[in-house]
Amino acid sequence: MEHHLVLRVVAKLMVPLILLFALYVQFHGDYGPGGGFQAGVIFGAGFILYGLVFGVDRAHRVATPGVLIAFAAAGVLLYAGVGVVSLLLGGNYLDYGVLSHDPVHGQHLGILLIELGVGTTVASVMITLFYAFAADADMEFTDDEEANE
Amino acid sequence: MLFGIYSLLSAGIFVGLDAVDVAFTEAAVGGGISTILMLGALSLIGKKQEAGHSNAGMAVVIVTLTGAMLIYGTLDFPGFGHPEAPVHQHVAPRYIEQSPQEVGVPNMVTSVLASYRGYDTLGEVAVIFTAGIGVLTLLSGRRRHKKKNPGS
Repeated sequence: MEHHLVLRVVAKLMVPLILLFALYVQFHGDYGPGGGFQAGVIFGAGFILYGLVFGVDRAHRVATPGVLIAFAAAGVLLYAGVGVVSLLLGGNYLDYGVLSHDPVHGQHLGILLIELGVGTTVASVMITLFYAFAADADMEFTDDEEANE
Repeated sequence: MLFGIYSLLSAGIFVGLDAVDVAFTEAAVGGGISTILMLGALSLIGKKQEAGHSNAGMAVVIVTLTGAMLIYGTLDFPGFGHPEAPVHQHVAPRYIEQSPQEVGVPNMVTSVLASYRGYDTLGEVAVIFTAGIGVLTLLSGRRRHKKKNPGS
């Protein structure tokens, strides 16, 4: 991939914008279209673009597979944890109204937190899937080359 | 490729139906990620396919029967966008009328998804997590198998 100069320059410009847009979708989901799921997918797409253009090894250096799995679990735990906290504060499971003195404010806080959990899990799983496919695909190519030799 | 084009087209349809959130998801997931994963899967399994001896006639009969039954099932549905339809009578009016006071989030889709249907969304996240682990398990097992038999 060393010779695709245009692709590399354009990707270098695009990736930060994609990640920034993902964060906007994540935290603006209460007010506009979007939310954790869409933001996670867009964030993952930014990483996948980076991995496609610059190689999976360099993407591994930014986000190692182990860290991604930890993040995927952390997202689910954050979501479930918000539910447990609302239980402990005397409400029903996932009843965000008790998270703050003002129920509406509590709802805002709860939705923000669980959307963050959704986004974390979705982005991590998407990148992990891409890694899994890409690692095997690379092996296939090397196998083919060896077979041709 | 066709999947990606199809997803982008259906995203356009969702925008036409004023379902911006769904269109957003469809464009990002269907048009972006699943196309890449599909290409990745294609590059894994190679170009050649073993000639199977499938019974095409039987398959056509089963597909036609299932399709006919599904279409027969839609005959009892209320008309498209009918205001008396059960889906517009059950909880939807409450969501529309109460969510500004109860949740106070301007995007009603978010308030339904994250607050009223919090359990559903928690389940979805768990499903995504489980699916990711499943794919990892399947593919990493394959790689280990290959490393063990470098000669084959």
